[in-house]
Parts: sequence; C-alpha cells; structure tokens
Amino acid sequence: MPTRKPSDVIIVGAGVVGAACAYYAALAGLSVTVVDRGSVAGGTTGAGEGNLLVSDKEPGPELELALLATSLWRELADVLPARIEYEAKGGLVVAADETGTRALRAFAARQGKAGVTAQEIPGDRLHDLEPHLAPGLAGGFLYPQDAQVMPAHAAAHLLRAGGDRVRLRLDEEVTGLLTGAAGEIRGVRTAKGELHAPYVVNAAGTWGGALAELAGVHLPVLPRRGFVLVTEPLPRVVRHKVYAADYVADVASDSAALQTSAVVEGTPAGPVLIGASRERVGFDRTLSTEVLGRLAAGAVGLFPVLGTVRAIRTYLGFRPYLPDHLPAIGPDPRVPGLLHACGHEGAGIGLAPVTGLIIASCLTGGRPPLDLRPFRPDRFTTPAP
Amino acid sequence: MARTPADLVGAQPDPPFEITFDGRRVTALPGQTVAAALWSAGILAWRTTREGGRPRGAFCGIGQCYDCLATVNGEPNRRACLVPARPGDAITTQEGHGHDRLTV
Repeated sequence: MPTRKPSDVIIVGAGVVGAACAYYAALAGLSVTVVDRGSVAGGTTGAGEGNLLVSDKEPGPELELALLATSLWRELADVLPARIEYEAKGGLVVAADETGTRALRAFAARQGKAGVTAQEIPGDRLHDLEPHLAPGLAGGFLYPQDAQVMPAHAAAHLLRAGGDRVRLRLDEEVTGLLTGAAGEIRGVRTAKGELHAPYVVNAAGTWGGALAELAGVHLPVLPRRGFVLVTEPLPRVVRHKVYAADYVADVASDSAALQTSAVVEGTPAGPVLIGASRERVGFDRTLSTEVLGRLAAGAVGLFPVLGTVRAIRTYLGFRPYLPDHLPAIGPDPRVPGLLHACGHEGAGIGLAPVTGLIIASCLTGGRPPLDLRPFRPDRFTTPAP
Repeated sequence: MARTPADLVGAQPDPPFEITFDGRRVTALPGQTVAAALWSAGILAWRTTREGGRPRGAFCGIGQCYDCLATVNGEPNRRACLVPARPGDAITTQEGHGHDRLTV
C-alpha cells in the first residue's frame, strides 16, 4: 500500500548509475524514489576501482559518453564533498616493446581526432612520471583526462546531494512492475508493497536483464567477473592509473575465458588497487587463486616495488556486460514509461553522470546531450522461445 | 602483587632474554609475543596512526584487528600480538604505514 505521495520517477538500483540518475532528476525538479534490494553501492559499484577513463576507449559512442562524463565529474568534484576522493591523476599506458608502442601511437592518434588528449612518453622519460616503474619499458602514453573516484562514497554523496527530492528505500526488492491498461508503467511492486510512479528507470546494473524480464522485455545483460587485489596502506608509490597496453584489447574482447592485464593505481586512503581480470563464469563468487596470482605477477612486473609489500585483501564484482559493449540508456519503446540505464560493463562509475544527465533529460522532455541511438535498449533481438 | 598468567598456570619458563624497544632494553620470556613483552615492561603504544599520528598498541590481542602493528627488525606491519619475541629482536615504533621510504 502506498504510504506516501507517489514520486515522479522510481529508480531501481542504488549503485552509482542509479544515484547519478536520482541526482540529475532531482536537479531537474523531479521527485525520485530509489529502491534497492540491498544497500547503497552494494553491487558492482562497491566492487569497482572507481576509474573514470577515456584512455581505454576506441573512438565511437562509448568514448563520446566518456568525454562528456569526464567534464561532468569535474563539475561534480566541486559540488560533492572531498570524501568522494576525486583525483584528476591521469592515466599512463605503457608498452613493453616497440611493437606495443606503435600500436599505442596509432590508437592515441585515432582517439585524438575524437577529442582525447594523449602525450607520448619515451621509454627513458617514464621514470619522471612513475619513479617505481620497472626498467626497460619501451614507452607509453599519458592521458591527462583519466581520473579516479572512490565509487561507494561517490554513489552515496550523489544520493545525498539530491536533497529532499530523493527518497531512498533500501533492503526492498522489486518483484514486479505495475502497468496500466495500455501496458504503460504505473510503478513497481516490491516485497513490502506497491510504489507508484509514471516512470521506472532500470539502473539495476548486472541484474538489469532480470528487471527487464519483469517488464516482459529482453535485455541480455551478462555478468563479467573481475577481481581486485588490495595492498596494505602505502604512501604514494604509484602516481597515475598505470596499465599495460594489452588491457585495451582485453576490455574490447568478447571472450568468456579468463583474461588478465596489469592495471595498478594508488588511492588517497593508502592501499594500491591491482586489477584487472575478466571472465564470464556467471555469478560465481568462488575465490580464484589463479586469477589473484596472475594479478599480483602482472602488478609486480610493472612495479617491482610491490613485490616487497603485502596484499591484504581481495574483492570481486560482476561487470554488467552487453554483447556489443555499449550500455542501454534511454526509454524502452516496448514499454511506455520504462527507461534503462544499465549495462555499462567496466565503465559504469565513469559513465554514471552522463547516464544520469541523459535519463533526466528523457524524463523532462529535454534534449539529450548526444545521439542515443547506439544505446537503444531494444537493439538486441529476442532469442527464439 | 597481582597474579600473572604465568603464576596461574604454574609456569616454569626458560631463562628470560632481552629485546629492544626504540633502543631501550626490554626483558622477554620465551613464548611471549612482542606485545606481551612490551606490555610487561609497561609499554602500551608502539605505532602512530597514518592520519593524525595518534598512539596505538594492542587492542584485540588475537591477530584480528591489526591495531598492534609494529616494525620488527626493520620490517613494518608485523602484528605484535602474534609475533613471538626472540632474543635480540629490535622493535621500533612504526610511524603510520611504515613505508615512508617508498614515497615518490
């Protein structure tokens, strides 16, 4: 039974994407209810590293989103408390040999035409940027637009910054969607009752496919597992987000098999975060010592000094993977009133603000900041029954 | 005189030996952890926090809370409540994370 005045919109998911949708919708004057079956940042958001990257993205629709998101994060960093740990630290991509450097150079040149800033760093200058970097690397590229944020704090503070217009309902699972006579959205049914609103935003991340199914539509979000290895607290030993050139290929790959590439970054709190692994193994949460061993070896390969410190814990998460590596953002033409904001794979933290801005503009009849066609939620064919 | 755990169990430990804490000599018994030896000498703090430099020593005493981290023979972040004291061990107060020399 509804106990309060209905909201203008219900957002399902209190991860960083749901939080950003709530923030920009509230900023646009809408009243918002955010529902999550768990806690704020309790899913993939809390299991991320907080990367806000343009460096790993091919020119195309996702890079356009990322470039917009980069400037939105800069604005948010001025509005939200310092506790979100926004750092415009820049990314450094390194190559082991001349072949790798040539590939990076060609990639950076194409990105440059799309608006990405990248500066080539010769091998003998890499240590000016990262004194602990392994010797003998051939070269690298510095991407000053790359940044980092503490994702759980960012999600929480986005929700808080929405003010009185944002109501939060945690530990409340959505079990069904309420629709009217013409199939239009009227709200959601939860384990605790019914919530009414003319719009529902699917910001359920890796579980967005299941929510779409409740609405009777097909959205094939699949989990792509990743581990992060965490060191003991250290002083600043790694200044940028540093990763090996093969990371870009892993991100773009469709393989279900285990892939790892070395991605290393420090945090304001002290621990160094070590990634990145990708594998499609469903929602299996079993600890994999093979993955952790490969992550540790990769990180020590880039930064030998890490071999002298301890890894103290690890966590894992499930990136929301859509088969074409693009998120689903915008209204679903199959169900009036349903909007999607999910499937961002490993880029959800970075792309959250631009996603929120798009959703808010869709809800208020405004003009979206870019062409939404590549992100159409109904672009995947329904499998034969 | 308060009874000690050693009295309570009627322990007859082997002869005591010396370790040092920030250069000061401290007596330890075989089987004692570093934390136990320091406590026996009235030393309650052997680390400062990363933010604010506040004093820290043993808290849980069973290896779970990581509050009792100390630098033992030059190696930082040893849990003093678990590490057995050995003759000649040099315990030093750990400043913060204990890895200042790695800073870039």
